[in-house]
Amino acid sequence: MTAHVVLRGPSNRVGLRLATRTLLVGGVLLALLGVLIAVALITGRASLSLGEVLPALFGGGDNPGTNYIVWTLRMPRVLAAVLVGAALAISGAIFQRLTRNALGSPDFIGFSNGAATGAVLQILLFGAGPMAVVGGALVGGAVTAVLVYGLAYRRGVAGYRLVLVGIGISAVLLSLNHYLLVRAELSDAYRAAIWLTGSLNGRSWDHVAVLAGALVLCLPVALLLSRQLTLLEMGNDLAYSLGVPVERTRLALIAAGVGLVAAATATAGPIAFVALASPHIARRLTRTAGAGLVTTGLLGAVLLLISDIAVQVLFESANLPVGLATGAIGGVYLTVLLSRRWRARIR
Amino acid sequence: MRAAAPEPATRLPLRLAWLVGCAVAVFGCVVLSIAIGSEQLAISDAIRVLFQPDGSNAAVIVHELRLPRTLLGVAVGLALGMAGAIMQSITRNPLADPGILGVNAGAATGVVVASTILGLGAFTSYVWFAFLGAGAATVLVYLIGSRDVGGADPVRLALAGTAVSAALAAVNQTLVLLDPQAYEEYRFWVVGDLAGRDGAVLGYLVPFIAIGLLLAVSLGPALNALALGEDTGRALGTRIARTRGLAAISVLLLAGAATAAAGPIAFVGLAVPHLARLLIGPDQRYQLPYSALFGAILVVLADVLGRLIAPEGELQVGIVAAFVGAPIFVLLVRRARIAKL
Repeated sequence: MTAHVVLRGPSNRVGLRLATRTLLVGGVLLALLGVLIAVALITGRASLSLGEVLPALFGGGDNPGTNYIVWTLRMPRVLAAVLVGAALAISGAIFQRLTRNALGSPDFIGFSNGAATGAVLQILLFGAGPMAVVGGALVGGAVTAVLVYGLAYRRGVAGYRLVLVGIGISAVLLSLNHYLLVRAELSDAYRAAIWLTGSLNGRSWDHVAVLAGALVLCLPVALLLSRQLTLLEMGNDLAYSLGVPVERTRLALIAAGVGLVAAATATAGPIAFVALASPHIARRLTRTAGAGLVTTGLLGAVLLLISDIAVQVLFESANLPVGLATGAIGGVYLTVLLSRRWRARIR
Repeated sequence: MRAAAPEPATRLPLRLAWLVGCAVAVFGCVVLSIAIGSEQLAISDAIRVLFQPDGSNAAVIVHELRLPRTLLGVAVGLALGMAGAIMQSITRNPLADPGILGVNAGAATGVVVASTILGLGAFTSYVWFAFLGAGAATVLVYLIGSRDVGGADPVRLALAGTAVSAALAAVNQTLVLLDPQAYEEYRFWVVGDLAGRDGAVLGYLVPFIAIGLLLAVSLGPALNALALGEDTGRALGTRIARTRGLAAISVLLLAGAATAAAGPIAFVGLAVPHLARLLIGPDQRYQLPYSALFGAILVVLADVLGRLIAPEGELQVGIVAAFVGAPIFVLLVRRARIAKL
């Protein structure tokens, strides 16, 4: 048995039971996130020292140049990375547990591809600016999600049918995106390709505001329903007999998951792998079957921030999108993990 | 996983009849593909010059242009359908397709590396690099996904494939985004197209596809036993590690060759086995050949449709396949109870 910490409210009405290991992992991740934010603030084209950044951060800075770099250029980007990472990871955890498929991710209900189509249309057909691209992505993604849910609805939505319909619609949208890219001018297609890889370059406070609003709406729903989610994982019938309103809970969870991934994708484009890998890694770290949504979210934030720092340090001049680094880091991590287990079994 | 219910003997001739019907349908698609194009031929003329090349204009068009393209489509479709069926059966994951085993990403990496780092000419001439990349990625995925020497755990195999694919996709994107000229070629390759492929490509790849198909069909009974679960499969006398290894080899041969020839055509390998399962049930001995034939029909029809819609050949087969296949797929998913793996 694992050790637990039990928190109780006044007169034992409310209680919270947490595994010590989960708490420990959460604490370490939180500390790591703090360190990474500091690192991200001092990394960039103009290199600043921690001694310059800290005063600017806490209001004592009297150098307008440093203040500008910290507050206008770097802080929005860092916050966007943290929030996008957390949103992607949590929605990934929701969808993997909802569909009971280790490969389940928001992509499977077509959201990312729908958002991509919306954004690509904005970029290629209307030559739109950053916030118009955000709008296009949100509309595209929302329409797709509603379409998939509607097509999968037949006296209730079986997780299975949702995934399969999502795959079908995703395939159509993906090839539509390819088609648009093939027909476009090279320079436009290149710009769209960067967006499609997932980038945090030049994100502003506007982006952060949209993102934070979506998180404030969706996170409480996800956290409140996480216990019902655990019951849903045991199968519809069991969850129903334990008093979970199955269809309503599932719809609310899907809505929360879609909302999270919508905000993330609209801000940064469809970033690969964070939604897929974070729940796995969190599960390994906490050694529980379904890692808590908070731990998973922290892990996603750490993962995306590391990736963003890496892509800025490694390709300083090229302005490459962060999606490249998440793919590479996540892929390498899972590969190492799997092969280590493989070798351990042989011995 | 549900075991197949004992079935009345009358199902057998019916299934064979369907199989013959599918083969006829493939031939019909081939004839359509030969007749339809920017130079329309009557169906009867198309069939006549197909078997008696008389040196006429029509005969030249058919034998020089349309027949190689059509046969390439048939080969690619057979390979993708079969590879998808094998993948879903062996990983027992209904969402598995050759893309998940890392084949597509590996092939793309081979092509991208050849173009950007080695600086070789056009993308389409890189068949061997695509094949090399697909092979390397598959071996890597299989090594990582193996539980002990030789055996591969389905879930870990799928996870390993996804991980390797994601890492390779990142490499590909980095390389092409650093070099806009390479991106220009990459965006046309990655759509998936049968047009403009060298006729010799077909000749190179047919042996690989043929061996892959034979190997896959021979695995049918063993896959049936494995579908009942690992322990039951072993109790029924199946050598699990050997079956999985052979299945992985056949997927590599089939999907690697198809992707090398036409670029990554998504969706065919994923959707076709579901259609086959709906039509004839879970018996792998039938499901495999049906999937292959459905794949051929889907790819060739998609190519024909692309030519009908945009006669200049601007609508690539990969796009049409998704646009035609996906609505049918969604309709079937809505209407019928999808057979669970």
